[in-house]
Amino acid sequence: MFSNLPLLSLVIWTPIIGGMLVLATGSKNNIEAKVLSLLVSLVTLVLSIPLWTQFDVSLASMQFEELIPWISSFHINYHIGIDGISMPLILLTTFITVIVIIAGWKVITYKTAQYMAAFLILEGLMIGAFASVDAMLFYVFWEALLIPMFVIIGIWGGPNRVYATIKFFLYTFLGSVLMLISLLYMYMHAVDVNGVGTFNIQDLHKLPLSLNAQILIFLSFLLAFAVKVPMWPVHTWLPDAHVEAPTGGSVILAAIMLKLGGYGFVRFSLPITPDASMTLDWLVILLSLIAIVYIGFVALVQADMKKLIAYSSISHMGFVTLGFFLLWKITDNTGSASGAVLGLEGGMVQMISHGFISAAMFLSVGVLYDRMHSRMIKDYGGVVNTMPAFATFAVFFAMANAGLPGTSGFVGEFMVIMAAFKANFWYAFLAAITLILGAAYTLWMIKRVVFGPIVNEQVEHLDDMSGREFFMMLLLAFAVLIIGLYPAPLLEVMHASIDNLVAHISISKIQ
Amino acid sequence: MNFVTPDFMPAMPEIFLLSMVCVIMIIDLFLKDESRGATYVLSLIALIATAFLSFSNFSTESITTFNGSFILDPMATILKIAICIIVVGVFIYAKDYLKDRNMYKGEYFTLGLFGVLGMMVMVSAGNFLTVYLGLELLSLSMYAMIAMQRDSIVASEAAMKYFILGAIASGILLYGMSMVYGVTGSLDLATINKAVSGADRVVMSFGLVFIILGVAFKLGAVPFHMWMPDVYHGSPTSVTLYIASAPKIAAFAMMYRLLVDGLAGMQADWQMILIILSVLSMVFGNIVAIAQTNIKRMLAYSTISHVGFIIMGVVAGTQAGYGAAMFYAIVYAIMSVAGFGMIILLSRAGFEAENIEDFRGLNQRSPWFAFVMMAIMFSMAGVPPFLGFWAKIAVLQEAINSGFLWLAIVGVMASVIGAFYYLRVIKAVYFDKPTDETPIQASMDIRLTLSLNGMAILAFGLYPTALITLCISAFA
Repeated sequence: MFSNLPLLSLVIWTPIIGGMLVLATGSKNNIEAKVLSLLVSLVTLVLSIPLWTQFDVSLASMQFEELIPWISSFHINYHIGIDGISMPLILLTTFITVIVIIAGWKVITYKTAQYMAAFLILEGLMIGAFASVDAMLFYVFWEALLIPMFVIIGIWGGPNRVYATIKFFLYTFLGSVLMLISLLYMYMHAVDVNGVGTFNIQDLHKLPLSLNAQILIFLSFLLAFAVKVPMWPVHTWLPDAHVEAPTGGSVILAAIMLKLGGYGFVRFSLPITPDASMTLDWLVILLSLIAIVYIGFVALVQADMKKLIAYSSISHMGFVTLGFFLLWKITDNTGSASGAVLGLEGGMVQMISHGFISAAMFLSVGVLYDRMHSRMIKDYGGVVNTMPAFATFAVFFAMANAGLPGTSGFVGEFMVIMAAFKANFWYAFLAAITLILGAAYTLWMIKRVVFGPIVNEQVEHLDDMSGREFFMMLLLAFAVLIIGLYPAPLLEVMHASIDNLVAHISISKIQ
Repeated sequence: MNFVTPDFMPAMPEIFLLSMVCVIMIIDLFLKDESRGATYVLSLIALIATAFLSFSNFSTESITTFNGSFILDPMATILKIAICIIVVGVFIYAKDYLKDRNMYKGEYFTLGLFGVLGMMVMVSAGNFLTVYLGLELLSLSMYAMIAMQRDSIVASEAAMKYFILGAIASGILLYGMSMVYGVTGSLDLATINKAVSGADRVVMSFGLVFIILGVAFKLGAVPFHMWMPDVYHGSPTSVTLYIASAPKIAAFAMMYRLLVDGLAGMQADWQMILIILSVLSMVFGNIVAIAQTNIKRMLAYSTISHVGFIIMGVVAGTQAGYGAAMFYAIVYAIMSVAGFGMIILLSRAGFEAENIEDFRGLNQRSPWFAFVMMAIMFSMAGVPPFLGFWAKIAVLQEAINSGFLWLAIVGVMASVIGAFYYLRVIKAVYFDKPTDETPIQASMDIRLTLSLNGMAILAFGLYPTALITLCISAFA
């Protein structure tokens, strides 16, 4: 029935056009803007479901492809499609956006329409980035989504929001311009089936490149994606941005925007520059391990809940990049690349799982912040006495963040650690430290905030979660549990694409 | 010697515009101040008709007339139409500003039209003399326009500064031309081009350096940029609007005519010089712009950096590179006219919205124009999906294709630095509380034109194909 609809385009453009309609309702705090935004985000979610149900899991190639010539002088096409790597991320985006719209329902009273519209437009741009098959189209979406995020942090953020948002913008802008140069360079050399220059990512995958060229391209990609992930030592923008951003902004930032960096590694770095990735995999592994261990310790000493979760995000994203780059060490060690699939799939699952868990953690902080207007751990204590329902969810998500078996947090980390064992015992050892560290910083925070005696009068007068808040938490808790208990459907979706990717990157591109 | 009547048809738009200006000038003499609107409307009609005539004159071949001193090729036609349309926008933005400041005189429009005529001659020049003729017609009109506000000290200073420096630059340009003439024995660009290979290298190199110096001054490339911030700042905004937009298109055309039509044989030499100008302009312009608090000065330095990018396209030295540079010049003019249009929108009688602080809280006063301002700033910073991004891509692509990878890297690094000061304006517009709660007082035609202008930046950004193809095909 839907077969002749340009489904993927609809999923990209519905929120963008919907967001413009929301803007047109005016900038007052009106109910129309909120209802319309919720409607648009729900329609987008519904539209994105067929992307999953009609997805052929046995194929590694792009599905739901659409191709329209766009800028003929540079052979840039509006070429979109999804495979097993991008599809789950798109569903994550459409799901989380609904949550974010609900989360801002009561809280945002200043220029509500602009707030909602910014998130809807951001949603469309992020889906566009995940769905692009043309590298320049990807770059356009990738850069354009900085604009709504810049505005979101800058208008609705905390006291130091201007510093944070400009830092966020310049960091990511600096990271990505060198990627642009690499793309333009490859366009000059790449040819498509018709023998003309191309930005098609699949053609760039086949483009033979010398090792030196690959290393330079790899480094430019590394800078772009490492800033986005973010990896140590270019992570410093993230805690600032998170602390100042409104709750919804933090959720989108942690749940989806960071995933764009991880996605970039899988879509660009590994397949376009496999030899450079092999030569420099030690660098990425080293940075990932530093992120996992060192940033874990940094998280331990944070006094601000949002900062703590931000550092925890960096640490968890370290698992993602670690899993992605274990391939060659595993091949060296075991003689076969089969274990590498585990690392890549573990990284992917970790991305999806972290999307849900970090969203839930930031929402939990948001629930407290809306009541107390403080993010400091020392201002809280004994919340469980006045907010029992909230405490239940907070503890549950904290456990998931610490990687408790049965939650989604466990699956990804376990897979990556298993893969790390195949590569090198010490990688696995260092990575596994996070299970202890993660539990330590998350649970210690929960202990100080949720448990214990009531520390002050404000906590004594807290109201428990409203139905709206309860509903969001419940949805996220479901997602975390389902992936934790039964990850098979998720793995099945990405299996063919990951296998294909591993087969592709095991072959040298040097000619 | 018998006199051969030249073919007037290729120069029809110029001849028409000249006659129109003369007619408008005479009519204006008999108009009272309250009926000055007639001059304004007639000027707009003259510009639109000229654009239309240029359009109907389009030829895919390169046609020369007046013994080769006038060239009509696709580039000339496209640039003439662009210049006319941009100046239509300039006049519409300027009208109310002039009225509020008691400067609503016919001179602004007639001088502006003479300037357009000068630009059109520059764009179509096939001879050193026509280049110089067009350039001086444009420059003299601009000097007079800046000085129109007689009792303003800064405006007089700006006019004086521009006049003296401009005169020196014109003199140097003329000196360079005379050297080339001395060696090649011709003022005709096509003839010079043929004679370059056999000419004396030393004298030719000297001539080339002086010619580039003159061109760089008109473009405002570092280190010949000193006049720009002061002149932009000192001139009434209605005039800044004019000198910051269309003349840069004409200056690009002049650079192309002199260096490519005339001195293509010395490409290796001028490439070296242009690389230096390009790097200096991009880096210096963007860094110094950060320190500005006056938005007109900031836009002047931003112009300098954009000029660096235009030059980068010419450095590439290929047909596609010239196309990219031309695309950039047109895009720049569209963005620049919109940027200064925003300043005029926020100004009113007795108040100049010249500082970045004056843009504070625009989002509360008018969300729509806040959005337009954001589009302009992000477009200038080169962030997609706005038009400025594609201009940068086109130029960078051609630089990389010609092997100037490092130049492209310098360019993108400079634009990251540049992003900071554009972001600062957006910060003022969106994140700050308004210091000035007065509702925006601007007439409908300004609002409409500015909205269209802003939408053009977005719409062409989403679908730049037509404009890019047009510019690239002009050189194919």
